[in-house]
Amino acid sequence: MRAIWFVAGAAFKESVRDRVPYTMVVFAVMMIAASYLISELTAGQDLKIIKDLGLAAMSIFGLVIAVFIGIGLVSKEVERKSVFALLTKPITRPQFILGKYLGLLVTLVVNLSVMTVAYYLVLFYMETTATATMRASWAAPALDPRQLIAIVLIMGELALVTAVALLFSTFSSPLLAALLTLGLWVAGHFNHDLRQFEQVVDSRAVAALARGLYYLLPNLAPFNVRAEVVYGIPVAASHVGLTLLYAAAYVAALLVAAIAIFRRRDFK
Amino acid sequence: MVLAIEAEGLTKDFAVGFWRPRPYRALDSLTLSVEAGEVFGFLGPNGAGKSTTLKLLMQLLYPTAGAARILGQPVGDTGVRQRIGFLAENPYYYDYLTAEELLAYFARLFGYRGADITTRVSRVLDEVGIGKERRLRLRRFSKGMIQRVGLAQALLNDPEVVFLDEPMSGLDPLGRRHVRDLILGLRQRGCTVFFSSHILSDAEALCSRVGVLVQGRLVSSGRLSEVLAFELKGWELVVAGVSDALRPELARLARSVTPFGDGHMLLHLAADAEPDRLLGELTRRGAHIVSLNPVRETLEDYFVQVVGATVARDERGVGA
Repeated sequence: MRAIWFVAGAAFKESVRDRVPYTMVVFAVMMIAASYLISELTAGQDLKIIKDLGLAAMSIFGLVIAVFIGIGLVSKEVERKSVFALLTKPITRPQFILGKYLGLLVTLVVNLSVMTVAYYLVLFYMETTATATMRASWAAPALDPRQLIAIVLIMGELALVTAVALLFSTFSSPLLAALLTLGLWVAGHFNHDLRQFEQVVDSRAVAALARGLYYLLPNLAPFNVRAEVVYGIPVAASHVGLTLLYAAAYVAALLVAAIAIFRRRDFK
Repeated sequence: MVLAIEAEGLTKDFAVGFWRPRPYRALDSLTLSVEAGEVFGFLGPNGAGKSTTLKLLMQLLYPTAGAARILGQPVGDTGVRQRIGFLAENPYYYDYLTAEELLAYFARLFGYRGADITTRVSRVLDEVGIGKERRLRLRRFSKGMIQRVGLAQALLNDPEVVFLDEPMSGLDPLGRRHVRDLILGLRQRGCTVFFSSHILSDAEALCSRVGVLVQGRLVSSGRLSEVLAFELKGWELVVAGVSDALRPELARLARSVTPFGDGHMLLHLAADAEPDRLLGELTRRGAHIVSLNPVRETLEDYFVQVVGATVARDERGVGA
């Protein structure tokens, strides 16, 4: 177990010293610039736009880190052969995979936490500078803590996407792994459409294939409750719990597959 | 007595070709054993299968057939990894870690804690000659410096067996001398060293035994004194002040005569040329003896002969 933590610690240190801090700086600058511009251009809608923009940016920035750094953590090690030194130390291949995953997860949590603080600081600024009329037009308070639900679910989605990236990176090149992960992310957001597919096609084979894909591909739509929290619509605790449970189960299955592949892999 | 390294029929096939993959045998039934405390040189031309063998011993590759053991345990056993060190060919480590951080990370994986890590890391970095650069990130290191870091990580746990894949690669002459001394130091403290190389002078200076691998097959293995018979192949004699009358006689006695600067002459004599008698005669007739050296078979001669013979045999086999 200790070995997993040591690998995670090194992975975290490397990703933090790599490009992750830049994404946080870009996010903070973008939020501050957007809040200034939007408050100049719109009336009443500014808070909603800021919330939409902030939450969407957290999701996209997190995705970029999960995909590009997540893939690099394993396939870059294999490609550049730094894995040779590590795997000849007293550590098993499953410990290596779990450590890498954990390291990136910690990176994402830290990154998302910093972005959350920047996001709430901008909202705090809007709250303090808004007039009573403006406040009255808001669908939900600026500092509404329910926004944290959306952020927790973004983290759940990123944990799942990271596991997908890790799985692909155990057997393919970095570029292919990135493309496959992004493809699966897009498919995951339209997965619920596959459920409806059997109602619009006559072929039973196609309907069965669509149903199979629906169960096989990750269903990422439930992770997106951004619209609900922006408009102040309640999100059921059961939805949050079940979605996070689904993420945990899917991540576990992906990690088992990644370990099974990596365990038998030859490093030429 | 437990052998340090044993390989029994170790074979590795790779699939080559994308559409219709066909097997390519990189290593063919390698059987060898290395005793504890030996420095074993694993020699062969490029592409002979040296790195493949090392990767099989490190379980970075899985064998198609055969098996290997290190210190009596199957390769890949995590307990065995605690007792060995490995340096890969052209190693690469994490760009964003410093040499100290990298070694501290590996030291933790070996189970060292607290002050022991700092002491150990500092000691091995001193041993490989990395000074204040140890606090720089590895992305700023030259190839030779990375090679030194690689050696440091291979020695971090005071290993009983060290595997080095082309350890002199990328090093300047000073660095090579340093690594030679390091390997000699390891030999002195009883550590088994298994190293691959195509730099034969290094192997000749360091190894107690060598194995020669050609096209995936071990074509020869044994003590240096056995593989190189150390037979006298002839003599090299340098003389000066040779009179014109003496020249035709020397040409008759020597295999070759090569004149060079200041009236000096280099003579190659046969092994049975009786140099004592010749030296007396030359001195008596006014010539001055500059040097006399015996010519013995070198590892390079042996290597060229063995590799050449194997390749020629294989080509005949293919042609037949």
